[in-house]
Amino acid sequence: MANAITVILLFIIGIYCILVSHNLIRVLIGLEILIKAVTLLVIFCGYQTQNTALAQALVITIIVIEVVMMTVAAGVVVGIHRQNNSLDARNIRKLKG
Amino acid sequence: MLLELLILILLVSAGLWTVMTRSLLRSAMGLALASAILTIVMFRMNANIAGVFELSVCAGLIPVLFISVISLTQPMTFKEASDHMKERLHRFWGLPLIVVVLGVTLALVSFKYKVTPAAIQEGKPDVRFILWHLKQFDLLGQIIILFTGVFGVAILFKERNKRG
Repeated sequence: MANAITVILLFIIGIYCILVSHNLIRVLIGLEILIKAVTLLVIFCGYQTQNTALAQALVITIIVIEVVMMTVAAGVVVGIHRQNNSLDARNIRKLKG
Repeated sequence: MLLELLILILLVSAGLWTVMTRSLLRSAMGLALASAILTIVMFRMNANIAGVFELSVCAGLIPVLFISVISLTQPMTFKEASDHMKERLHRFWGLPLIVVVLGVTLALVSFKYKVTPAAIQEGKPDVRFILWHLKQFDLLGQIIILFTGVFGVAILFKERNKRG
């Protein structure tokens, strides 16, 4: 029960961060917290069903995807900063080119 | 039970601090802290290998990535950097000593009590078996995603060099 509540709270914190922040780095941090909630949920389900090994295999896949996604997103953020000299999501209106 | 509850409360607090703190650097640190606490939860749920991945990658690599992005987008002036260096040297002069003492203590503890993961001790189906024999398609997907990331970053920097 406590694990489920923790997952829900982490989800709410991550969604709040993504919705409220205008800074692109903070949006990425919110996304990371959402992924933490998913990781905890997978591990918790594996523990409950006595299938920890399968849950671990899934978590390893999640972590690999997370790292690649964050690396590319960080590159995009740096590119946007060099283009617009700002990290404010409201300033990014022209997406062409 | 009480310890588990305490760890989960710490995890939520770390997540909350990550989001609510004003400084981006502290946010990145909070994320690392949340990952480290999640690793403790994983170890307590017998997910040892995933815990090691979480600790090394999510608590180690990703905060470094965030700090690099922060320093690339908000670089310090020369005066700020030199002030920061002086303050850091003044504040953390005892840190190397603490690291050495902790390292020696942990090494002695691991020699005294043979620490072996529970899954290996009890002969349960191992994560390595599942990953290499049952989830080969996942591994293929991971390799494709890794290449996609590498090419993505390469293209981003290539375009930047052309423009610059």
